[in-house]
Amino acid sequence: MNILVCISKTPETTAPIDFTPDGGALKTEGMNYILNPYDEWYALVRALELKEANGGQVHVINVGPSSNDIVIRKALAIGAEEAYRVDCDPKDAWMVAAEIHAFAKDKNYDIIFTGKETLDYSGSLVPGMLAELLQIPFISYANHLEQSDNTLICHREIEGGYEEVEVSTPVVISAAKGLAEQRIPNMRGIMMAKRKPLHVLEAQCVAPKQDLIHYEKPPARTGVQLIDPENMDELVRLLHEEAKVI
Amino acid sequence: MILVLIEHADNKVKKAGLEALTIAKQLAVKTSSEVGAIVIGSIEDPESLGNYGADQCFLIDHPNLQQFDTSNYTQVVAQIAKDKGADIVILSHTSKGKALVGRLAIKLESDVLSGVSQFVGVEDGTLLLKKPVFAGKGIASFKLNAKKAVFTLLGNAVQPQTFDGSCTVITREVSVAPPREKVVKVDRATGEVPLPEAEIVVSAGRGMKGPENWGIIEDLAKELGATTACSRPVADMDWRPHHEHVGQTGIAISPNLYIAAGISGAIQHLAGVNSSKNIVVINKDPEAPFFKAADYGVVGDLFEVVPRLTEAIRKFKNNQ
Repeated sequence: MNILVCISKTPETTAPIDFTPDGGALKTEGMNYILNPYDEWYALVRALELKEANGGQVHVINVGPSSNDIVIRKALAIGAEEAYRVDCDPKDAWMVAAEIHAFAKDKNYDIIFTGKETLDYSGSLVPGMLAELLQIPFISYANHLEQSDNTLICHREIEGGYEEVEVSTPVVISAAKGLAEQRIPNMRGIMMAKRKPLHVLEAQCVAPKQDLIHYEKPPARTGVQLIDPENMDELVRLLHEEAKVI
Repeated sequence: MILVLIEHADNKVKKAGLEALTIAKQLAVKTSSEVGAIVIGSIEDPESLGNYGADQCFLIDHPNLQQFDTSNYTQVVAQIAKDKGADIVILSHTSKGKALVGRLAIKLESDVLSGVSQFVGVEDGTLLLKKPVFAGKGIASFKLNAKKAVFTLLGNAVQPQTFDGSCTVITREVSVAPPREKVVKVDRATGEVPLPEAEIVVSAGRGMKGPENWGIIEDLAKELGATTACSRPVADMDWRPHHEHVGQTGIAISPNLYIAAGISGAIQHLAGVNSSKNIVVINKDPEAPFFKAADYGVVGDLFEVVPRLTEAIRKFKNNQ
């Protein structure tokens, strides 16, 4: 079973987020980046488990500049055999999906994994786009996956529960929490990752399908109004008369 | 035409569907266009969608559409969009909408955005939309082609509006292949409004000391007609089901009212809830960081405050 895991880089979850005064760009100075947790903890680890059970290879692909190599090496240290980086600075999900499609269309991967979303733009667009471009099924927000011969049995997360879905390969699966348990790369993995192939590919460079024109901070809250813990009637009054929510 | 794929369950239109119609109507007014509602499956009284802004309602029912399949649903929506020469297709930002939006954008070769929180306007053939980014730590404005766009709308982005209107119901015949994504079982908590759609959410964290104490949270939620949620540590310890976890790595929510009891307010938790329109924090620690992000704060023992709040709401409702 050959598996491709699409990985991306995001600001770490506790990073303070700020924008340039004109709202034109994210301030990236001193920003720490990580491998997107859904890609790393769930998609990549489940891919490795399937490979360990069935044989085959796990490849990772990233669409981005050379500064992404550090998170790509981490995926290799966790256990992927080979990595591909399409050399461009994508402006949106479509640019990413088009590059991955161009790479994967003649490779016959059984499963293409992504994380359910990235922590920066939370678009959840790339996996569906890939499935449509490749004309194959798509299981979104999978939080459980078992295999029986060529059939995969997945749990697709829905509001308040899940759907159990049977699907044949090839398939695109976006990984949610629960699909696997995080693996910490060991020293041997980190050393081996330095010698594993990281292929750099030339980009197709399609035009983006959305145009991000401005950033702003969310409106600041005006400050907390403290209410006497003995007087919940007052809180109810405020929620009714001031906030108008009950 | 502006098309909306209507979310429904148990033959009833969900609030998310009405919210999407409301935005579609605002768009239609600005662009002198009509609103078309697409219903896959069946709903009671489809004519009533006219009261929420729909001019036409396309009903599509087929045995192969009984269960959700991303290819089949994409095909059906795209077919209507092409037949009607639709400019914009709006989906709800739900498990279905999120699964479809990328596929549909490719099929229609359209511009695309997911998780829209605000429709700003239409100017010179461009559609201006906003969405939260970086887990709600920022808001980004986007331009899309107003003649060719697909987007998903976040829950509670707008209050559904009613109009004096009527809607023509058109039953469409389609030919659909058997699903490749075969749904064999559905396991879903019933009776409660799903978190992303809930107008009021009551959430609790480690301050609850154990899962056996959740009765007071459930009582408060019941009194408010709210959905219950929890912080990550509580879900990780299996005190509460995973699908209740709100935060950066759980579900991001934007209810009208978020009540948090015994949650200190780690940055990852705040990231998932700071789009809530009003936040009430109940915590015995006056230094809890959550108070800085709250509109209303109660410093006190949640085991006393929460039942007192439930009682105060009961009293308020009886006097209404």
